[in-house]
Amino acid sequence: MNSSVLNNIDQHSNTLIDSSAIHAQHSENVFVELLHHIKDSKTIEVPFAHFEFPPIPPINIFGIQIDLTITRHVFFLWISAFIVAIVTIVAARKNLKSKVPKGIGNLVEVFVEYIRDEIVIPNMGKDGIKYMPYLLTTFFFILVMNLIGLVPYGATSTSNVSVTGGLALIAFIMIQVAAIKKQGFKHYLAHLTGGVHWALWPIMIPIEILGLFTKPFALCIRLFANMTGGHIVIVSLIGLIFIFKTVWIAPIPIAFAVGINILELFVAFLQAYIFTMLTSLFMGLGMQSSEH
Amino acid sequence: MLEINPGLVIWTIITFLVLLVLLKKFAWKPLLDALEKREERIRSSIERAEKSAQEAEQLVLENRKKIEQAEIKSAQILREARELGEKIKSEIIDRAHHQARHMLDQAKAEIEREKEAALLRLRSEVADLAILAAKKVVGDSLNEDLHRKLIDSYLKDLPKN
Repeated sequence: MNSSVLNNIDQHSNTLIDSSAIHAQHSENVFVELLHHIKDSKTIEVPFAHFEFPPIPPINIFGIQIDLTITRHVFFLWISAFIVAIVTIVAARKNLKSKVPKGIGNLVEVFVEYIRDEIVIPNMGKDGIKYMPYLLTTFFFILVMNLIGLVPYGATSTSNVSVTGGLALIAFIMIQVAAIKKQGFKHYLAHLTGGVHWALWPIMIPIEILGLFTKPFALCIRLFANMTGGHIVIVSLIGLIFIFKTVWIAPIPIAFAVGINILELFVAFLQAYIFTMLTSLFMGLGMQSSEH
Repeated sequence: MLEINPGLVIWTIITFLVLLVLLKKFAWKPLLDALEKREERIRSSIERAEKSAQEAEQLVLENRKKIEQAEIKSAQILREARELGEKIKSEIIDRAHHQARHMLDQAKAEIEREKEAALLRLRSEVADLAILAAKKVVGDSLNEDLHRKLIDSYLKDLPKN
């Protein structure tokens, strides 16, 4: 009798443990499921269906496996590039035709003028005008990539560290090019020594080189973290509905999620601005440093 | 989440570079050119507007000065004309007065002369009458010449008027 009771209790506790385990697993699954929307994947979702991208066999260069398969983020990278191209080219065409810009021409021009007058000229001076195409492309490309993530079924390519890494790599090259072009290669190398006694060079040169890399590295991480952060907050808020397992709680997380979404809209512009502004600032620093 | 996918990095760079090359030619160059051209146009039209405003102001000043001068001149002309008029008027009046006095004098002289003539005629008439009357009274005792002498002497004794 005793054993049967114990057995019963054991069974009971077992079922309890089982159910709690299922609970835990389930709520974990919800997050894993929702986090898939942030992560890159080889499928693209459209309403009521999803497509697989054809796999491209990885190529091996210097021992690094490079998988050039088109992913969701590459796909949205291209969509963003396409939107940027259409919008800006249409704007340019319109502005060439009419004396007074209006509509889309005016919209694009507001950004162009702001970047020129408030970012490029204060940071880089008149010499910076020749880097305008690069900075403008950076701004509009990042902006559209950020914004497209707010569209349902869209994905934010900039919430992928590889994408921001690629952009930062270009920024790194542009910063060095701007400095070398302005100062000449000799001055540029001399600047790496920090102007200290030669005995300190073994310490100074690695520090300066490290300094060159930290700036774009910070650009990369800042953009990636900001764009990912907002999405994780939204996923967590929506996840609350599945954790509480009742639809009655939904209005609260959804209200918060809408608020975060509006914030994300602002962050999309802000991060595009910050990336452009800091790139311009770093280029400007490299261009000025010959004078000190 | 932090793992780097080299394929994605390569795709990002390729996409960015293609976009950069494309936009540099078809979007940024025309946009920046249009912007610069418009700014130049605005600057020049503002300059032109400022210049013409300055010119207009100068013109207004000049006109005002001209009007002032004209007013002064017209006042002067008016004053001169009035003076001249005044002078002519007084001259005419003077002349008229003079002429009137002259005419009056002439008239007076005429009247005097006429009066003299009339008196003379009257005197001879009276003498004739007196002779005629005396002849009637005295008859033909006295001849005409004696009578005339007598009367003339008598008339001479009479007061002039």
